[in-house]
Amino acid sequence: MSLSANDKAIVKALWAKISPKAGDVGNEALSRMLYVYPQTKTYFSHWSDLTPGSAPVRKHGKKIIAGIGLAVEKIDDLFSGLLTLSELHAFQLRVDPANFRILSHNILVVLAMLFPDDFTPEAHLAMDKFLARVALALSDKYR
Amino acid sequence: MVEWTDFERTTIQNIFSKMNYDVVGQQALARCLIVYPWTQRYFGNFGNLYNAAAIMGNPMVAAHGKVVLHGLDRAVKNMDNIKAEYAELSVLHSEKLHVDPDNFKLLGDCLTVVCAAQLGAAFTPEVQAAFQKFLAVVISSLQRQYH
Repeated sequence: MSLSANDKAIVKALWAKISPKAGDVGNEALSRMLYVYPQTKTYFSHWSDLTPGSAPVRKHGKKIIAGIGLAVEKIDDLFSGLLTLSELHAFQLRVDPANFRILSHNILVVLAMLFPDDFTPEAHLAMDKFLARVALALSDKYR
Repeated sequence: MVEWTDFERTTIQNIFSKMNYDVVGQQALARCLIVYPWTQRYFGNFGNLYNAAAIMGNPMVAAHGKVVLHGLDRAVKNMDNIKAEYAELSVLHSEKLHVDPDNFKLLGDCLTVVCAAQLGAAFTPEVQAAFQKFLAVVISSLQRQYH
């Protein structure tokens, strides 16, 4: 399900709107993923505190959202734009790609929560497609 | 038997008692038809579903959204026996409506998004977990009679 020019425009516009709160979005999405889908905690057993809003969660939420911001910049060529990140996830992190869907779902929920007026059905559609493409690009180097 | 904690029971009752079923039903179903357009296959006689604006304004979508939410209400009122409560509905969706059960999850996700937009900060991770667990039980019960 490839991104049309309209999808890309919507994603960029939405991202510009939410950028000031990017840290909150990252924290909320990651917190929810760890809480609502406890199996995802298995990837973070080395952290001291996995509760929603904890310091390691906030820090990592910021990192993840920065990665998505990079994907927005590289929206016209996600596969080469996210090459390094894909290699990281494939060879070092080895996150099961099923988890990308879980995190994407939580990002969408948080966007609806924090930006109810901007997260229109059209924005929801474009973001869902975009995050699915990002997940695909991230898993590209897996095998 | 599904085990519900006191928090989960209270949370579900609270969410639904405060909810405007007409609004939420229409929004969730419309969002589902817009974000996952292949779900439109079940609504061939609903008239104009050509774009997001048409879907949002479609009175048949609004009416049906209401029907779906009132169906959900039966689970809210019978949390300890959703499976039995939904046996007939499950047969209906399988034998008469021929709905692919994967679609239940798509509508469930849209309902979660609409709920999050309505509740804002009150949609904490704990509340989200309870809500999603409730939807998972509903979906499982709806799939039960498929064969």
